[in-house]
Amino acid sequence: MSDFFQDSPLRIAGREFASRLLVGTGKYRDFDETAEAIAASGAEIVTFAVRRTNLGQDAGEPNLLDAVPPERFTLLPNTAGCYTAKDAVRTCKLARELLDGHNLVKLEVLGDDATLYPNVVETLSAAETLIADGFDVMVYTSDDPIVARELERLGCCAIMPLGSLIGSGHGIQNPYNIRLIIEQSGVPVLVDAGIGTASEAALAMELGCDAVLMNSAIAHARQPVLMAGAMKKAIEAGREAFLAGRMPRRQSAEPSSPFAGRIHG
Amino acid sequence: MTYASLSASASREDAMQILLNGETRALESNATVAELVESLGLAGRRIAVEVNEEIVPKSEHDGIRLTEGDRVEVVHAIGGG
Repeated sequence: MSDFFQDSPLRIAGREFASRLLVGTGKYRDFDETAEAIAASGAEIVTFAVRRTNLGQDAGEPNLLDAVPPERFTLLPNTAGCYTAKDAVRTCKLARELLDGHNLVKLEVLGDDATLYPNVVETLSAAETLIADGFDVMVYTSDDPIVARELERLGCCAIMPLGSLIGSGHGIQNPYNIRLIIEQSGVPVLVDAGIGTASEAALAMELGCDAVLMNSAIAHARQPVLMAGAMKKAIEAGREAFLAGRMPRRQSAEPSSPFAGRIHG
Repeated sequence: MTYASLSASASREDAMQILLNGETRALESNATVAELVESLGLAGRRIAVEVNEEIVPKSEHDGIRLTEGDRVEVVHAIGGG
């Protein structure tokens, strides 16, 4: 934020954050690039995936959690790759054990390989189970406002509709639905998935999103670290523009310079 | 003890088979979770262990003994979005 304005912090499940950009850790060249890009993004919340340990691995092999230490970042384990509520719940429990009891998770239950579109039936079921088990659930979902409302009613601590398909870089395809979800929600709304470039991140914030979560837009940029910095600025610019309130749109022109006093008047 | 020596030392009578991350592995009978983790070179690493779809907390690795046919998952954090 600028020197002249102090925004209120982003509040998720009782935790407060200055940054409104959340980033993933997938698709980077190596952990050094991951760490550099995250530093440039200013993100405080960082997502990761849980997978089987490669048992052939050298014990000295670098670990993601060394590049993104849990002492410095709020780690947000995801359930990417899960297609059933049961698998998503198991994954969250493993993540909680991995992070010594940390209970904030990103729930996503996918519907199919081609679209990675959320299976909202399984997502609702998993959310209910996880919340009953004490998890704070940030939930990836479709941009359907009725499903979003139901997820909030179950107790999800953040609603995260897709802008467009995961990894597609198609931006926000239905800004009107995102608006509807923002207007009805009492918990933070984040666009999660679809952002391709800085202007799209700014648009999400101008619509009134509380934050944006992205991975590919940074990791798959030609220069990820440079793009991470661009996204940080876009999120801040979009947030300030939203708070400032845009001018009304007009059908006709209106001069910025006065007519009175013109020399040929 | 390395995993290789643990396997080699497991004779017919005192050996058992478990399913570790989806693959069959021979292990000394009644090995604890901690002994398995140690044999894999993962002691002290940031991992989580599940046995038969139940989490085994780190504090219980020493006390829980594995039995024939147990399905064990050992997971860690990797990049993802």
